[in-house]
Amino acid sequence: MIEVRRLSKTFNGNPVLQGVHLTVEDGEILVVIGKSGCGKTVLLKHLIGLIEPDEGEILVDGVAIYELNRKQLLEMRKRFGMLFQSAALFDSLTVGENIALPLKEHTSLSKKIIEEKVREKLRLVGLEGIEHLRTSELSGGMKKRVGLARALVLEPNYILFDEPTTGVDPIMAERINDLIIDLQERLKVTIIAVTHDLRSAYKIGTRLAMLAEGRIVFVGTVSEIKSSTNSTVMEFIRSYG
Amino acid sequence: MVRNGLMQFPRVLKDLDLIISQMYSIGYSSLPLIALTSAFTGMVATVQTAYQVREYVPLDLLGAGVGKAIMLELAPVTTALVLAGRAGAAMAAEIGTMKVTEQIDALEAFSIDPHCYLFLPRFLASLVMLPVLVIFSMLVGILSAIMIASVALDVEAYTFAESLKLFFKYRDLLGGLAKSLFFGGIIATMGCHYGFMAEGGAQGVGKATTGAVVAASVLVLVSDYFVGALVFV
Repeated sequence: MIEVRRLSKTFNGNPVLQGVHLTVEDGEILVVIGKSGCGKTVLLKHLIGLIEPDEGEILVDGVAIYELNRKQLLEMRKRFGMLFQSAALFDSLTVGENIALPLKEHTSLSKKIIEEKVREKLRLVGLEGIEHLRTSELSGGMKKRVGLARALVLEPNYILFDEPTTGVDPIMAERINDLIIDLQERLKVTIIAVTHDLRSAYKIGTRLAMLAEGRIVFVGTVSEIKSSTNSTVMEFIRSYG
Repeated sequence: MVRNGLMQFPRVLKDLDLIISQMYSIGYSSLPLIALTSAFTGMVATVQTAYQVREYVPLDLLGAGVGKAIMLELAPVTTALVLAGRAGAAMAAEIGTMKVTEQIDALEAFSIDPHCYLFLPRFLASLVMLPVLVIFSMLVGILSAIMIASVALDVEAYTFAESLKLFFKYRDLLGGLAKSLFFGGIIATMGCHYGFMAEGGAQGVGKATTGAVVAASVLVLVSDYFVGALVFV
Protein backbone atom coordinates (compact mmCIF):
# COMPACT_ATOMS: atom_id res chain seq x y z
CA MET A 1 0.00 0.00 0.00
CA ILE A 2 1.16 3.54 -0.73
CA GLU A 3 0.05 6.48 1.39
CA VAL A 4 0.66 10.07 0.35
CA ARG A 5 0.28 12.52 3.24
CA ARG A 6 0.18 16.34 3.04
CA LEU A 7 2.53 16.36 0.04
CA SER A 8 3.55 19.84 -1.09
CA LYS A 9 6.02 20.97 -3.72
CA THR A 10 6.80 24.39 -5.13
CA PHE A 11 8.97 25.09 -8.18
CA ASN A 12 10.38 28.62 -8.52
CA GLY A 13 7.65 30.05 -6.29
CA ASN A 14 4.93 28.23 -8.22
CA PRO A 15 3.06 25.79 -5.96
CA VAL A 16 2.46 22.56 -7.89
CA LEU A 17 1.31 20.25 -5.10
CA GLN A 18 -0.42 21.73 -2.05
CA GLY A 19 -1.05 19.15 0.64
CA VAL A 20 -1.93 16.11 -1.47
CA HIS A 21 -3.52 13.17 0.38
CA LEU A 22 -3.93 9.89 -1.47
CA THR A 23 -3.97 6.18 -0.65
CA VAL A 24 -3.23 3.44 -3.17
CA GLU A 25 -4.52 0.01 -2.17
CA ASP A 26 -2.65 -3.19 -3.06
CA GLY A 27 -3.74 -4.79 -6.32
CA GLU A 28 -5.71 -1.84 -7.69
CA ILE A 29 -5.24 0.34 -10.73
CA LEU A 30 -5.44 3.92 -9.51
CA VAL A 31 -5.57 6.49 -12.29
CA VAL A 32 -4.72 10.10 -11.45
CA ILE A 33 -6.37 12.43 -13.94
CA GLY A 34 -6.04 16.17 -14.38
CA LYS A 35 -5.28 18.88 -16.91
CA SER A 36 -1.89 18.97 -18.61
CA GLY A 37 0.65 20.67 -16.36
CA CYS A 38 -1.39 20.23 -13.16
CA GLY A 39 1.39 18.26 -11.43
CA LYS A 40 0.49 14.63 -12.19
CA THR A 41 4.01 13.68 -13.26
CA VAL A 42 5.46 15.56 -10.27
CA LEU A 43 3.21 13.49 -7.99
CA LEU A 44 4.25 10.26 -9.72
CA LYS A 45 7.96 11.09 -9.43
CA HIS A 46 7.51 11.79 -5.71
CA LEU A 47 6.16 8.24 -5.24
CA ILE A 48 9.49 6.76 -6.28
CA GLY A 49 11.66 9.40 -4.62
CA LEU A 50 12.83 11.11 -7.81
CA ILE A 51 11.71 14.47 -6.42
CA GLU A 52 11.98 15.51 -2.80
CA PRO A 53 8.88 17.23 -1.38
CA ASP A 54 8.92 20.55 0.47
CA GLU A 55 6.49 19.10 3.00
CA GLY A 56 4.65 15.86 3.64
CA GLU A 57 5.57 12.22 3.42
CA ILE A 58 5.04 9.09 1.39
CA LEU A 59 4.76 5.67 2.98
CA VAL A 60 5.42 2.59 0.87
CA ASP A 61 4.28 -0.53 2.72
CA GLY A 62 4.50 1.52 5.93
CA VAL A 63 8.02 2.84 5.30
CA ALA A 64 8.51 6.62 4.96
CA ILE A 65 10.64 6.83 1.83
CA TYR A 66 12.05 10.29 2.51
CA GLU A 67 13.56 9.07 5.77
CA LEU A 68 15.59 6.41 3.95
CA ASN A 69 19.24 6.95 3.16
CA ARG A 70 20.31 6.78 -0.48
CA LYS A 71 21.24 3.10 -0.35
CA GLN A 72 17.92 2.16 1.25
CA LEU A 73 16.04 4.33 -1.25
CA LEU A 74 17.75 2.61 -4.19
CA GLU A 75 16.84 -0.74 -2.61
CA MET A 76 13.22 0.32 -2.13
CA ARG A 77 12.95 1.40 -5.78
CA LYS A 78 13.54 -2.19 -6.87
CA ARG A 79 9.90 -2.78 -5.86
CA PHE A 80 8.83 -0.27 -8.51
CA GLY A 81 8.76 -0.29 -12.27
CA MET A 82 8.12 2.92 -14.16
CA LEU A 83 7.06 3.74 -17.68
CA PHE A 84 8.00 7.32 -18.47
CA GLN A 85 5.93 9.59 -20.69
CA SER A 86 8.67 9.66 -23.34
CA ALA A 87 9.57 6.01 -22.54
CA ALA A 88 13.07 7.32 -21.61
CA LEU A 89 14.84 4.40 -23.27
CA PHE A 90 18.63 4.59 -23.07
CA ASP A 91 19.53 5.63 -26.59
CA SER A 92 23.09 4.34 -26.42
CA LEU A 93 21.76 0.79 -25.88
CA THR A 94 19.76 -1.60 -28.05
CA VAL A 95 16.23 -2.67 -27.13
CA GLY A 96 17.55 -5.90 -25.58
CA GLU A 97 20.26 -4.08 -23.62
CA ASN A 98 17.69 -1.58 -22.31
CA ILE A 99 15.52 -4.33 -20.89
CA ALA A 100 18.48 -6.34 -19.63
CA LEU A 101 20.14 -3.42 -17.82
CA PRO A 102 18.20 -3.64 -14.51
CA LEU A 103 18.84 -7.39 -14.41
CA LYS A 104 22.55 -6.97 -15.13
CA GLU A 105 22.83 -4.34 -12.42
CA HIS A 106 20.82 -6.04 -9.68
CA THR A 107 21.04 -9.79 -10.18
CA SER A 108 23.75 -12.36 -10.73
CA LEU A 109 21.77 -14.17 -13.43
CA SER A 110 23.74 -15.67 -16.30
CA LYS A 111 23.77 -13.99 -19.71
CA LYS A 112 21.62 -16.81 -21.10
CA ILE A 113 18.92 -16.45 -18.46
CA ILE A 114 18.91 -12.65 -18.87
CA GLU A 115 18.45 -13.07 -22.63
CA GLU A 116 15.57 -15.48 -21.98
CA LYS A 117 13.92 -13.00 -19.59
CA VAL A 118 14.32 -10.19 -22.13
CA ARG A 119 12.63 -12.35 -24.79
CA GLU A 120 9.84 -13.24 -22.34
CA LYS A 121 9.11 -9.60 -21.47
CA LEU A 122 9.16 -8.57 -25.12
CA ARG A 123 6.72 -11.41 -25.86
CA LEU A 124 4.50 -10.11 -23.05
CA VAL A 125 4.23 -6.71 -24.74
CA GLY A 126 3.85 -8.23 -28.20
CA LEU A 127 7.25 -7.27 -29.58
CA GLU A 128 9.23 -10.48 -29.83
CA GLY A 129 12.38 -10.56 -31.97
CA ILE A 130 13.38 -6.87 -31.80
CA GLU A 131 16.15 -7.18 -29.18
CA HIS A 132 18.84 -6.11 -31.64
CA LEU A 133 17.12 -2.89 -32.81
CA ARG A 134 18.38 0.55 -31.79
CA THR A 135 15.80 2.62 -29.91
CA SER A 136 15.95 5.25 -32.69
CA GLU A 137 14.46 2.64 -35.06
CA LEU A 138 11.28 2.27 -32.98
CA SER A 139 7.92 4.01 -33.44
CA GLY A 140 6.32 5.90 -30.53
CA GLY A 141 4.04 2.98 -29.66
CA MET A 142 6.90 0.48 -29.80
CA LYS A 143 8.98 2.70 -27.51
CA LYS A 144 6.16 2.75 -24.95
CA ARG A 145 5.88 -1.05 -25.06
CA VAL A 146 9.65 -1.53 -24.78
CA GLY A 147 9.58 0.89 -21.83
CA LEU A 148 6.86 -1.25 -20.32
CA ALA A 149 8.87 -4.45 -20.87
CA ARG A 150 11.80 -2.76 -19.10
CA ALA A 151 9.53 -1.66 -16.25
CA LEU A 152 8.40 -5.26 -15.77
CA VAL A 153 11.77 -6.97 -15.93
CA LEU A 154 12.53 -6.86 -12.19
CA GLU A 155 8.98 -8.14 -11.50
CA PRO A 156 8.03 -5.17 -9.33
CA ASN A 157 5.09 -4.91 -6.89
CA TYR A 158 4.19 -1.43 -8.09
CA ILE A 159 4.14 -0.14 -11.66
CA LEU A 160 3.91 3.57 -12.39
CA PHE A 161 2.67 4.79 -15.77
CA ASP A 162 3.21 8.38 -16.85
CA GLU A 163 0.73 9.18 -19.65
CA PRO A 164 0.81 5.65 -21.10
CA THR A 165 -1.36 6.48 -24.13
CA THR A 166 -0.08 9.97 -24.96
CA GLY A 167 1.55 10.30 -28.35
CA VAL A 168 0.25 7.03 -29.80
CA ASP A 169 -2.60 6.44 -32.25
CA PRO A 170 -6.04 5.34 -30.94
CA ILE A 171 -5.51 1.70 -31.92
CA MET A 172 -2.16 1.54 -30.16
CA ALA A 173 -3.67 3.38 -27.15
CA GLU A 174 -6.34 0.68 -26.95
CA ARG A 175 -3.67 -2.05 -27.10
CA ILE A 176 -1.70 -0.37 -24.31
CA ASN A 177 -4.86 -0.09 -22.18
CA ASP A 178 -5.60 -3.80 -22.73
CA LEU A 179 -2.00 -4.60 -21.88
CA ILE A 180 -2.19 -2.69 -18.57
CA ILE A 181 -5.40 -4.49 -17.55
CA ASP A 182 -3.98 -7.85 -18.62
CA LEU A 183 -0.77 -7.23 -16.65
CA GLN A 184 -2.65 -6.36 -13.50
CA GLU A 185 -4.84 -9.46 -13.78
CA ARG A 186 -1.94 -11.79 -14.51
CA LEU A 187 0.74 -10.39 -12.20
CA LYS A 188 -1.53 -9.00 -9.46
CA VAL A 189 0.60 -5.86 -9.28
CA THR A 190 -0.49 -2.44 -8.02
CA ILE A 191 -0.65 0.11 -10.81
CA ILE A 192 -0.67 3.88 -10.57
CA ALA A 193 -1.18 5.70 -13.86
CA VAL A 194 -1.39 9.41 -14.52
CA THR A 195 -3.14 10.62 -17.65
CA HIS A 196 -5.37 13.29 -19.11
CA ASP A 197 -6.85 10.69 -21.46
CA LEU A 198 -10.30 10.11 -19.90
CA ARG A 199 -11.15 7.22 -22.23
CA SER A 200 -8.04 5.39 -21.05
CA ALA A 201 -8.74 6.29 -17.40
CA TYR A 202 -12.31 4.93 -17.61
CA LYS A 203 -11.11 1.73 -19.21
CA ILE A 204 -8.22 0.78 -16.92
CA GLY A 205 -9.00 2.47 -13.59
CA THR A 206 -10.26 0.56 -10.56
CA ARG A 207 -10.43 4.01 -8.95
CA LEU A 208 -9.82 7.48 -10.30
CA ALA A 209 -8.35 10.46 -8.46
CA MET A 210 -8.49 13.95 -9.86
CA LEU A 211 -5.68 16.45 -9.26
CA ALA A 212 -6.52 20.13 -9.65
CA GLU A 213 -4.92 23.28 -8.23
CA GLY A 214 -2.34 21.11 -6.45
CA ARG A 215 -4.93 19.09 -4.51
CA ILE A 216 -6.81 15.84 -4.94
CA VAL A 217 -10.38 17.06 -5.50
CA PHE A 218 -12.02 13.72 -6.16
CA VAL A 219 -11.39 10.01 -5.52
CA GLY A 220 -13.83 7.33 -6.59
CA THR A 221 -14.84 4.72 -9.14
CA VAL A 222 -15.63 5.36 -12.78
CA SER A 223 -19.39 5.41 -12.16
CA GLU A 224 -18.89 7.78 -9.20
CA ILE A 225 -16.86 10.26 -11.24
CA LYS A 226 -19.43 10.22 -14.04
CA SER A 227 -22.15 11.18 -11.58
CA SER A 228 -20.00 13.66 -9.61
CA THR A 229 -21.45 17.12 -8.99
CA ASN A 230 -18.05 18.65 -8.21
CA SER A 231 -17.75 21.59 -10.60
CA THR A 232 -14.01 21.05 -11.28
CA VAL A 233 -14.62 17.38 -12.10
CA MET A 234 -17.60 18.22 -14.29
CA GLU A 235 -15.66 20.86 -16.18
CA PHE A 236 -12.77 18.45 -16.78
CA ILE A 237 -15.09 15.69 -18.02
CA ARG A 238 -16.84 18.15 -20.33
CA SER A 239 -13.53 19.41 -21.78
CA TYR A 240 -11.56 16.16 -22.00
CA GLY A 241 -14.30 13.53 -22.25
CA MET B 1 28.98 13.44 -7.67
CA VAL B 2 32.70 12.68 -7.30
CA ARG B 3 32.22 11.32 -3.77
CA ASN B 4 29.19 9.23 -4.79
CA GLY B 5 30.98 7.85 -7.81
CA LEU B 6 34.23 7.06 -6.04
CA MET B 7 32.42 5.40 -3.13
CA GLN B 8 31.23 2.83 -5.67
CA PHE B 9 34.79 2.07 -6.79
CA PRO B 10 34.46 -1.66 -6.01
CA ARG B 11 32.00 -1.87 -8.94
CA VAL B 12 34.89 -1.29 -11.34
CA LEU B 13 35.06 -4.93 -12.43
CA LYS B 14 31.32 -5.03 -13.11
CA ASP B 15 31.59 -1.92 -15.26
CA LEU B 16 34.75 -2.98 -17.07
CA ASP B 17 33.05 -3.00 -20.47
CA LEU B 18 31.77 0.56 -19.87
CA ILE B 19 35.26 1.71 -18.85
CA ILE B 20 36.85 0.08 -21.90
CA SER B 21 34.27 1.67 -24.19
CA GLN B 22 35.03 5.09 -22.64
CA MET B 23 38.78 4.49 -22.95
CA TYR B 24 38.26 3.78 -26.63
CA SER B 25 36.16 6.91 -27.08
CA ILE B 26 38.42 9.23 -25.07
CA GLY B 27 41.75 7.71 -26.07
CA TYR B 28 41.84 5.81 -29.34
CA SER B 29 39.33 8.05 -31.14
CA SER B 30 41.32 11.15 -30.15
CA LEU B 31 44.64 9.92 -31.60
CA PRO B 32 44.40 11.63 -35.03
CA LEU B 33 43.49 14.98 -33.48
CA ILE B 34 46.22 14.72 -30.84
CA ALA B 35 48.75 13.72 -33.52
CA LEU B 36 47.85 16.75 -35.63
CA THR B 37 47.90 19.30 -32.80
CA SER B 38 51.07 17.84 -31.26
CA ALA B 39 52.91 17.86 -34.58
CA PHE B 40 52.20 21.54 -35.16
CA THR B 41 52.88 22.42 -31.51
CA GLY B 42 56.28 20.71 -31.76
CA MET B 43 57.08 22.50 -35.00
CA VAL B 44 56.05 25.97 -33.83
CA ALA B 45 57.91 25.48 -30.54
CA THR B 46 61.06 24.64 -32.49
CA VAL B 47 60.85 27.55 -34.92
CA GLN B 48 60.01 30.12 -32.23
CA THR B 49 62.59 28.84 -29.74
CA ALA B 50 65.23 29.10 -32.45
CA TYR B 51 64.07 32.63 -33.28
CA GLN B 52 64.30 33.70 -29.61
CA VAL B 53 67.65 32.16 -28.64
CA ARG B 54 69.73 31.99 -31.81
CA GLU B 55 71.64 35.22 -30.94
CA TYR B 56 72.67 34.00 -27.47
CA VAL B 57 72.69 30.18 -27.54
CA PRO B 58 74.03 27.79 -30.20
CA LEU B 59 71.21 25.94 -31.99
CA ASP B 60 72.95 22.65 -31.14
CA LEU B 61 71.18 22.99 -27.78
CA LEU B 62 67.76 23.46 -29.40
CA GLY B 63 66.72 19.89 -28.56
CA ALA B 64 67.15 20.43 -24.82
CA GLY B 65 64.96 23.54 -24.74
CA VAL B 66 62.25 22.31 -27.07
CA GLY B 67 62.19 18.82 -25.56
CA LYS B 68 61.77 20.16 -22.05
CA ALA B 69 59.05 22.59 -23.15
CA ILE B 70 57.14 19.77 -24.84
CA MET B 71 57.46 17.35 -21.92
CA LEU B 72 56.81 19.81 -19.13
CA GLU B 73 54.18 22.02 -20.63
CA LEU B 74 53.15 21.79 -24.25
CA ALA B 75 52.19 18.12 -24.51
CA PRO B 76 50.19 17.94 -21.24
CA VAL B 77 48.42 21.27 -21.68
CA THR B 78 47.59 21.10 -25.40
CA THR B 79 46.42 17.49 -25.02
CA ALA B 80 44.23 18.46 -22.08
CA LEU B 81 42.76 21.48 -23.89
CA VAL B 82 42.03 19.40 -26.98
CA LEU B 83 40.47 16.67 -24.82
CA ALA B 84 38.41 19.25 -22.89
CA GLY B 85 36.94 20.34 -26.22
CA ARG B 86 36.47 16.85 -27.57
CA ALA B 87 35.81 14.41 -24.73
CA GLY B 88 34.59 16.89 -22.10
CA ALA B 89 32.05 18.36 -24.52
CA ALA B 90 30.93 14.88 -25.58
CA MET B 91 30.40 13.84 -21.94
CA ALA B 92 28.39 16.98 -21.14
CA ALA B 93 26.28 16.66 -24.30
CA GLU B 94 25.58 12.95 -23.81
CA ILE B 95 24.73 13.17 -20.11
CA GLY B 96 22.87 16.46 -20.62
CA THR B 97 20.71 14.87 -23.31
CA MET B 98 20.05 11.92 -21.00
CA LYS B 99 19.05 14.38 -18.28
CA VAL B 100 16.56 16.37 -20.36
CA THR B 101 15.02 13.22 -21.89
CA GLU B 102 14.41 11.62 -18.46
CA GLN B 103 17.00 8.88 -19.05
CA ILE B 104 18.78 9.88 -15.83
CA ASP B 105 15.44 9.65 -13.98
CA ALA B 106 14.97 6.24 -15.58
CA LEU B 107 18.34 5.07 -14.23
CA GLU B 108 17.32 6.30 -10.76
CA ALA B 109 13.92 4.63 -11.10
CA PHE B 110 15.65 1.32 -11.81
CA SER B 111 17.82 1.76 -8.71
CA ILE B 112 20.93 2.44 -10.78
CA ASP B 113 23.04 5.26 -9.35
CA PRO B 114 23.72 7.59 -12.33
CA HIS B 115 26.92 8.90 -10.75
CA CYS B 116 28.18 5.41 -10.50
CA TYR B 117 26.94 4.20 -13.88
CA LEU B 118 27.83 7.30 -15.90
CA PHE B 119 30.51 9.26 -14.01
CA LEU B 120 32.79 6.53 -12.64
CA PRO B 121 33.63 4.85 -16.01
CA ARG B 122 34.29 8.23 -17.63
CA PHE B 123 36.42 9.42 -14.72
CA LEU B 124 38.56 6.27 -14.60
CA ALA B 125 38.91 6.14 -18.39
CA SER B 126 40.06 9.79 -18.40
CA LEU B 127 42.58 9.16 -15.62
CA VAL B 128 44.09 6.27 -17.57
CA MET B 129 43.93 7.71 -21.08
CA LEU B 130 45.19 11.26 -20.46
CA PRO B 131 48.72 10.13 -19.50
CA VAL B 132 48.74 7.70 -22.45
CA LEU B 133 47.72 10.46 -24.85
CA VAL B 134 50.27 12.85 -23.31
CA ILE B 135 53.07 10.32 -23.90
CA PHE B 136 51.85 9.96 -27.49
CA SER B 137 51.74 13.75 -27.82
CA MET B 138 55.31 14.07 -26.46
CA LEU B 139 56.58 11.55 -29.02
CA VAL B 140 54.80 13.18 -31.96
CA GLY B 141 55.82 16.67 -30.78
CA ILE B 142 59.49 15.75 -30.40
CA LEU B 143 59.62 13.88 -33.72
CA SER B 144 58.03 16.87 -35.47
CA ALA B 145 60.51 19.17 -33.75
CA ILE B 146 63.42 17.03 -34.93
CA MET B 147 62.02 17.06 -38.46
CA ILE B 148 61.49 20.82 -38.66
CA ALA B 149 64.84 21.54 -36.98
CA SER B 150 66.56 19.42 -39.58
CA VAL B 151 64.64 20.76 -42.60
CA ALA B 152 64.29 24.45 -41.73
CA LEU B 153 67.07 25.23 -39.27
CA ASP B 154 69.94 23.00 -40.39
CA VAL B 155 70.15 21.28 -37.01
CA GLU B 156 70.86 17.61 -37.63
CA ALA B 157 68.51 15.08 -36.08
CA TYR B 158 71.44 13.46 -34.25
CA THR B 159 72.52 16.82 -32.74
CA PHE B 160 68.96 17.64 -31.68
CA ALA B 161 68.48 14.19 -30.07
CA GLU B 162 71.88 14.33 -28.31
CA SER B 163 71.09 17.71 -26.75
CA LEU B 164 67.69 16.40 -25.70
CA LYS B 165 69.33 13.34 -24.12
CA LEU B 166 72.04 15.38 -22.40
CA PHE B 167 69.60 17.53 -20.43
CA PHE B 168 66.84 14.92 -20.02
CA LYS B 169 65.58 14.32 -16.48
CA TYR B 170 63.02 11.70 -15.50
CA ARG B 171 61.47 14.34 -13.30
CA ASP B 172 60.51 16.31 -16.44
CA LEU B 173 58.68 13.33 -17.87
CA LEU B 174 57.02 12.39 -14.58
CA GLY B 175 56.03 16.01 -13.92
CA GLY B 176 54.26 16.16 -17.29
CA LEU B 177 52.50 12.88 -16.55
CA ALA B 178 51.50 14.03 -13.05
CA LYS B 179 49.85 17.07 -14.62
CA SER B 180 48.00 14.86 -17.09
CA LEU B 181 46.48 12.83 -14.25
CA PHE B 182 44.99 16.00 -12.75
CA PHE B 183 43.83 17.18 -16.16
CA GLY B 184 42.12 13.83 -16.85
CA GLY B 185 40.21 14.08 -13.58
CA ILE B 186 39.23 17.69 -14.26
CA ILE B 187 37.95 17.02 -17.80
CA ALA B 188 35.75 14.06 -16.78
CA THR B 189 34.46 15.78 -13.65
CA MET B 190 33.51 18.99 -15.47
CA GLY B 191 32.02 17.12 -18.46
CA CYS B 192 29.83 14.96 -16.21
CA HIS B 193 28.99 17.72 -13.70
CA TYR B 194 27.70 20.11 -16.36
CA GLY B 195 25.85 17.25 -18.06
CA PHE B 196 24.05 16.35 -14.82
CA MET B 197 23.17 20.03 -14.29
CA ALA B 198 21.60 20.45 -17.76
CA GLU B 199 18.01 21.67 -17.73
CA GLY B 200 15.38 22.39 -20.34
CA GLY B 201 15.90 21.12 -23.87
CA ALA B 202 18.46 21.52 -26.62
CA GLN B 203 19.41 25.00 -25.35
CA GLY B 204 20.14 23.59 -21.89
CA VAL B 205 22.34 20.88 -23.37
CA GLY B 206 24.17 23.50 -25.43
CA LYS B 207 24.79 25.62 -22.34
CA ALA B 208 25.98 22.58 -20.39
CA THR B 209 28.40 21.65 -23.17
CA THR B 210 29.83 25.17 -23.40
CA GLY B 211 30.06 25.37 -19.61
CA ALA B 212 31.91 22.07 -19.41
CA VAL B 213 34.51 23.07 -22.01
CA VAL B 214 35.08 26.53 -20.53
CA ALA B 215 35.32 25.26 -16.93
CA ALA B 216 37.60 22.36 -17.85
CA SER B 217 39.91 24.60 -19.94
CA VAL B 218 40.19 27.26 -17.22
CA LEU B 219 40.77 24.66 -14.50
CA VAL B 220 43.41 22.91 -16.63
CA LEU B 221 45.34 26.17 -16.95
CA VAL B 222 44.95 27.10 -13.28
CA SER B 223 45.88 23.65 -11.99
CA ASP B 224 48.79 23.58 -14.45
CA TYR B 225 50.44 26.32 -12.38
CA PHE B 226 49.74 24.68 -9.01
CA VAL B 227 50.85 21.18 -10.04
CA GLY B 228 53.87 22.68 -11.78
CA ALA B 229 54.78 24.66 -8.67
CA LEU B 230 54.30 21.58 -6.50
CA VAL B 231 56.45 19.31 -8.64
CA PHE B 232 59.18 21.67 -9.81
CA VAL B 233 59.66 24.32 -7.13
